[in-house]
Amino acid sequence: MHKKLFSLFVETSNMRKTRRVVNINVQGKKYSRTATYSVGREKIREFAHAVKSTSPVSFDVFAAQTAGYADLVAPPTFAVVVQERSLATVLADPEADIDFSRVVHGDQRFVHVRPIVAGDELTSELTVASVKTLGAHSMVTFETQIFDETGELVCTAISTLVVRGGE
Amino acid sequence: MMTMHTLPKLIELEVGQVIGATEFLLTRDSLVRYAGASGDFNQIHYRDDVAAAVGLPGVLAHGMLTMGAAVQVAVDWVGDAGRVIDYQVRFTKPVVVHPTDGAVLIVTGTIGAIDAEANTVRIDLEAVFEDAKVLGKAQAVVRL
Repeated sequence: MHKKLFSLFVETSNMRKTRRVVNINVQGKKYSRTATYSVGREKIREFAHAVKSTSPVSFDVFAAQTAGYADLVAPPTFAVVVQERSLATVLADPEADIDFSRVVHGDQRFVHVRPIVAGDELTSELTVASVKTLGAHSMVTFETQIFDETGELVCTAISTLVVRGGE
Repeated sequence: MMTMHTLPKLIELEVGQVIGATEFLLTRDSLVRYAGASGDFNQIHYRDDVAAAVGLPGVLAHGMLTMGAAVQVAVDWVGDAGRVIDYQVRFTKPVVVHPTDGAVLIVTGTIGAIDAEANTVRIDLEAVFEDAKVLGKAQAVVRL
């Protein structure tokens, strides 16, 4: 299982011993909207470069506009940046009680209504879609809906984290 | 400089057809760059001592970097990052990034399904590191 963890992983890994790894009652819980994320051109270029993209629509405003977009187009996985902000609210929630020192990234999906473009002002709303127990492990699926400034849905990011049970 | 990209024609495609393959070299520099761009500063992605302390075989590439790089095969084929409307992967194996040599990820895209009505094509991506697949069910649906 791929260990794509969150920054708190390291800080917390040695602090917690035997305890439950996630509160099952948190299933269905909806978290409040995050503060606005303003998508900038240079951020799109930086992210596109980091994921080794060479797609002209992510770097060249003229290419993006020629292709029919308002501005530079974010790579298909860019929504993770916005999703992370919502996940941070879950991390900080004592009720969810997720032991992030035991978390590994199980799977990830992005369903786009339209691509994210520079100039978007995005907010996100996270719901704990499901909590499943598999032996000693728990699988928590988060669904993050990302909206633009007009309230239209832009993307749904679905992330399943596997929380390893205590040994 | 810009070159015009011709969109693939749905009628000329068939399931099983390989659309492209790309070799990505993921170095420690790549991981630092991705950490900065994404905001994921988990130390297991750049510190050997921390990776070792939590029992990992070495510094790992961010799963989201592997996911983000792999889809470029589909993006290059369709010629436009905005045409990938649905993309999912399962993280099945970690990519260990050597401090000097990095890690070579080989990604191959194959047409998995064609939806003529929706005018979309599903690209199945295979990402291989050290002869093993590191992504499962890696599928990108692109709009033509």
